[in-house]
Amino acid sequence: MIQRVLAIGLIAGLVAGLAIAALQHVTTTPLILAAEVYETAQHGHEADEGWKPAEGIQRTAATSVADVAAASGYALVLIGLMLAAGEAIEPRRAVAWAACGFASTGLATALGLAPQLPGAAETDVVMRQIWWVGAAAATGAGLFLLFRSEKLAAMSLGAALILAPHIVGAPKPAVPQSTVPAELAARFAASSLAVHAAMWILTGFVVGVLWREFSARGRGTAS
Amino acid sequence: MIHSHLSSVAGLHVSAKRIEAIKAAFVALFVGAGLVYFAGFSGAEAAHNAAHDTRHSLSFPCH
Repeated sequence: MIQRVLAIGLIAGLVAGLAIAALQHVTTTPLILAAEVYETAQHGHEADEGWKPAEGIQRTAATSVADVAAASGYALVLIGLMLAAGEAIEPRRAVAWAACGFASTGLATALGLAPQLPGAAETDVVMRQIWWVGAAAATGAGLFLLFRSEKLAAMSLGAALILAPHIVGAPKPAVPQSTVPAELAARFAASSLAVHAAMWILTGFVVGVLWREFSARGRGTAS
Repeated sequence: MIHSHLSSVAGLHVSAKRIEAIKAAFVALFVGAGLVYFAGFSGAEAAHNAAHDTRHSLSFPCH
């Protein structure tokens, strides 16, 4: 079972990660590169940043590897949560869970911390990471209670969990400032959410299809 | 009596499967969270630089 879970998670991550890498290459990455031109013009080139991938194919490859890692991670989290909840894993349900995954790590977090281009004013990264994890976890748990429970108290708790991160509020810079034109920033926020949604839905779909196929084959050899 | 014996065996079978699923779920969550951490959160300079464009594109906090 553990082998099957890891294999499906990694294959789904590979498929979704590479698809997303291609999508990013034509949507978000050109905006990031354009933003870096403005950032460098304003602040000059920052020295002593440690190793970084060379521009061009190496940078694209590094991004693709990171995409596969992120998608595999989300695929495994999706499988883990569905198994723990005792949910049957098949394409439609997995896609529904993936949609909740997107609502948690994409929509809820973006409401507090909009996807930013390099060059935007930001607060301490660790504080934002803590808020991000808290918002994603609270939204996920809240959605689970809302969809899974029929008791009013549990559903109210679910709604409260979804609202809580936004009542607490994400860390925000005192003055919104950016070296990037607002037009580019707006296009980036919209396209990164679309890419994020595509990643989750594709991940969920591939997990569902592979799980069904592996289970059918397992039953075939057992009988 | 035979019936009750059968149902308890079935119950044991179901719970063994459930335990296996919980174990697999735990491993999946652990490995999955590790991968997401590496891609989206690791403070190591090289990991940040390699995953930079992914972090921005998938709305992980960056910089």
